[in-house]
Amino acid sequence: MSVAKLEAADGAFATRLAGADVVFRVSGALWLPGERMLVVADLHLEKGSAYAARGQLLPPYDTRETLNRLEREIATLAPRSVVLLGDTLHDHGASARIAPDERARLAALAEKLRLIWVAGNHDPDGAGDLGGETAQVIKVAGLSLRHEPSPGPADGEVSGHLHPCARISGPAGSIRRRCFASDGSRLILPAFGAYAGGLNLRDPAFTGLFRAPPTGYLLARRVAAVAYEKMRPDHRSPAG
Amino acid sequence: MAKPLRIATSETDPTRQLPPLFQDWFVKRGWALRAHQLGMIDKAKAGADVLLVAPTGGGKTLSGFLPSLIDLAERGPREGRQSLHTLYISPLKALAVDVERNLLTPVREMDLPIVVESRTGDTGQARRQRQKVAPPDILLTTPEQLALFCAWEGARDYFQDLECVIIDEIHAIHGSKRGDLLSLGLARLRTFAPGVRCVGLSATVDDPTRVRRWLSDRGDDIVLGQAGAPAQVEVLLSENRVPWAGHTAQHAMAEVYETIKTARTTLVFVNTRWQAEFAFQELWRLNEDNLPIALHHGSLSAEQRRKVEAAMSRQELRAVVCTSTLDLGIDWGAVDLVIQLAAPKGASRLVQRIGRANHRLDEASRAVLVPASRFEMLECQAAVEAVAENALDGDPPRTGARDVLAQHIMGCACSEPFDLVELYEEVRRAAPYAGLSWEAFEQVVDFVSTGGYALRSYDRFRRIIRGRDGRWRVLNEETARRHRMNVGVIVTAQTLNIRLPGRHGSGRKIGQAEEWYFEQLTPGDSFLFAGEIWRFEGVRGTDAIVTRSTEKEPRVPSWGGSKFALSTFLAKRVRRMMSDETSWSRLPHDVCEWLYAQKAHSSLPGEDDLLVETFSRGKRHYMVCYPFEGRLAHATLAMLVTRRLDRAGVGPIGYLANDYALCVWSLRPMDSLDFDALFQQDMLGDDLEAWLDESFMVKRAFKECALISGLIERRMPGHEKNGRQVTFSADLIYDTLRRHDPDHLLLSCAREDAARGLLDLARLGELLARISGRIRVERLRHVSPFAVPLLMEIGKERAPGTSAADMMLEDAALIGEAMS
Repeated sequence: MSVAKLEAADGAFATRLAGADVVFRVSGALWLPGERMLVVADLHLEKGSAYAARGQLLPPYDTRETLNRLEREIATLAPRSVVLLGDTLHDHGASARIAPDERARLAALAEKLRLIWVAGNHDPDGAGDLGGETAQVIKVAGLSLRHEPSPGPADGEVSGHLHPCARISGPAGSIRRRCFASDGSRLILPAFGAYAGGLNLRDPAFTGLFRAPPTGYLLARRVAAVAYEKMRPDHRSPAG
Repeated sequence: MAKPLRIATSETDPTRQLPPLFQDWFVKRGWALRAHQLGMIDKAKAGADVLLVAPTGGGKTLSGFLPSLIDLAERGPREGRQSLHTLYISPLKALAVDVERNLLTPVREMDLPIVVESRTGDTGQARRQRQKVAPPDILLTTPEQLALFCAWEGARDYFQDLECVIIDEIHAIHGSKRGDLLSLGLARLRTFAPGVRCVGLSATVDDPTRVRRWLSDRGDDIVLGQAGAPAQVEVLLSENRVPWAGHTAQHAMAEVYETIKTARTTLVFVNTRWQAEFAFQELWRLNEDNLPIALHHGSLSAEQRRKVEAAMSRQELRAVVCTSTLDLGIDWGAVDLVIQLAAPKGASRLVQRIGRANHRLDEASRAVLVPASRFEMLECQAAVEAVAENALDGDPPRTGARDVLAQHIMGCACSEPFDLVELYEEVRRAAPYAGLSWEAFEQVVDFVSTGGYALRSYDRFRRIIRGRDGRWRVLNEETARRHRMNVGVIVTAQTLNIRLPGRHGSGRKIGQAEEWYFEQLTPGDSFLFAGEIWRFEGVRGTDAIVTRSTEKEPRVPSWGGSKFALSTFLAKRVRRMMSDETSWSRLPHDVCEWLYAQKAHSSLPGEDDLLVETFSRGKRHYMVCYPFEGRLAHATLAMLVTRRLDRAGVGPIGYLANDYALCVWSLRPMDSLDFDALFQQDMLGDDLEAWLDESFMVKRAFKECALISGLIERRMPGHEKNGRQVTFSADLIYDTLRRHDPDHLLLSCAREDAARGLLDLARLGELLARISGRIRVERLRHVSPFAVPLLMEIGKERAPGTSAADMMLEDAALIGEAMS
């Protein structure tokens, strides 16, 4: 299939999840080629300004950067619909702080394609006045898309919320990267937002969610599959 | 402090110039006032700022304090308002405490009405509070505490009657970010107390006038101490052959042990803590006489270090293996020998270390250098000759870091409202910032206030605000409190506590080490720490859990070279020595043989040119060059050259850089390259820019700048105890900032720091200029004698799983090829 070829060139990783064709993008987005649907989780827009309001003046470019990434994926893949899988906004005040320019870019997206906001714990109201539809759960291609993973193994579930990342080490030191986490039956997406931190896949928060130790699909120059045994725990509390 | 001399009673005895009380005390102790001590008293009488330059053991600290003691004794018991008379600042916490102890002796023996106290990060909350309300006459503290003082409300009142500020070990601090912060603090003190006298105490430095200018812009007074007897420094010539490569000096350890036996107390200096561990273990393996030999380095727990220091001052130890943690500070009169294991990397560092032996001016210090490899043999010989000529290496010139300035400005705003122009004038009185432009200053203030972003969306979130009176003040008390929690510029690598398992979780702490070290360990691995072999059990939170191991050899070796790069000055001497055959007679036979073989098979690097060798070995092609400009500059050069080789189509696979040379290996031959073009200076243009942008070194520098400038807070209220808490990932910020605000202040700070500290760009620039048009290429049929050490290092880095026997066979084959 031509799409698969295109994605291989992009360094993406194509596989199957609970019977559906899925593609893990280097950007951290999930592409469902059959549905022409793009899924991104945990954008945490306006995280920078949330910190700034409390006196820590992080650079105010995170929303701009995250939207750039999203628009790049949309330009490459031409999806029919885009799912924002929850925690798209960092906090309640985010939609009030978001710059007019960036608000307009979101509205333009909602005009151009079907933009669906899945409600998250940081943004229970979903789209609010930013354009697009709001949903709690989306069922598509035999998959079930929601923000928070439901407890215990859940076949065909795609979620976000936990910001998985993995650390691997070699003689030259170690690297820590965001990753897709999947055991072939359920999938947890990496955070897509520029300022979203990561939680090590070996953290207890992931315990009990998978039937088998999950593989990590690390976002590097290409998406690299790494077995659970190869991953190392963090030595400090996760940043962000 | 002062050392006994013959009691002098003649009319010309300077001791007579002291007030009677002090005269009696000197006589009772059997001391005579030294010329430089008198000099310091005279300068104080004249109200002059002054720098005292004297070798260790010259009674330097007492010289600094004498005028204050005399002044306070004459003033008599305090009445009415209590105020601070003298502030003493030392870069070492331990030194502040030690000086307190030493100062109390004259105070007690002369029954002086003087209150002396110390204040460091370890001082309890109650005592700090009391010091704030009732200041002592003399307060002994650290640069970080001064920065904290400056961020207090009421700092101006506290210091307004300050008479004197003394900066000790000024040579060790003035050329660093800590020095920048201290210099800004000094400028602040001079604003609070315009009459304050600044006194600097320094060991011998190459350029005293520069250090003097750093101290203050008032006058240029310098007092020189009496030079000590010349040091006796020798290079240890081992019975065993000098190794081709390596850092441990294992071959000479038995001789080191024998040398220790000839002295009363020995300090054994090494360059890294892992070398310290190794040497300590080796010495104890040989220690048939059960000599009390101890270990001291920065990773050991403070309690353990204190124990060693205490045993040392009770003169119970015969030797201490130590790192730069003992370069400075506490006087141990009993040390009569210093051994430097592996090359010292700089003449000044060597002098400083030699000075640790024998704090008496009338006896020569004795020191022995133990080179760990052949190149180090050349370096040690050059260092010994430099010390004999009293030639020291200088520090590169430095301008004050703007991330440090940002922290200082925020501190000022937390203390009291400031006027922008007044603060600008004050800041420029700090020597590192003398050349700061108004625009640059305003940019830093804007950064402190709004983050200084091109996108002006944070004007509503200012941290400091301009009031109607035109003065700038901190937004609120909460912001000030958070700033005070994050004062200081010491950004340490993430470390883990090394602990035994306890009944409930983690047990006793043995020490700490950098996180990266544990990343290469797998549970079950054994390693060397605090002189014992431990089994690594795993990491729990911020603890690395270990148990005692029964293994005889640690399974994970911890080799690794020096953390210091070879100084420019010493490098030049090494090159000169190599090109001057007549000087070889001072070298051991096997090293001479090696030099002659290099001359016969290839050629020797000249004093001012660059020797490049190409040869093939196995399926690989090698290029080795010998600039002798230090590890950092070489690594940068290797990185840039590799990019060019890649474009030239030779398929470079890897590179290696050490203090003396660098080596690149590739898939295709390199002998027909245009080497003049390859090493052309323009590589510092676009190639450098392109590489810098993706370099992890700039990222690392950025993180430090972000922490120092306050962009990222290390500590948040509620996390006081956990100094490791970093609230946000610096890498995420770096990537975003680079893309959207490439001219931001902190990016430029990070690039500057990386260029200066991590990449040594200035030195690389000088190197490329020096060798331009002077590149000598030797196209060889096989590996040269000089290239052997590098190829051995490559072997060790590449194949950690290879058995020791395989490695020795490989090394032997290499040497055979090179020397045949």
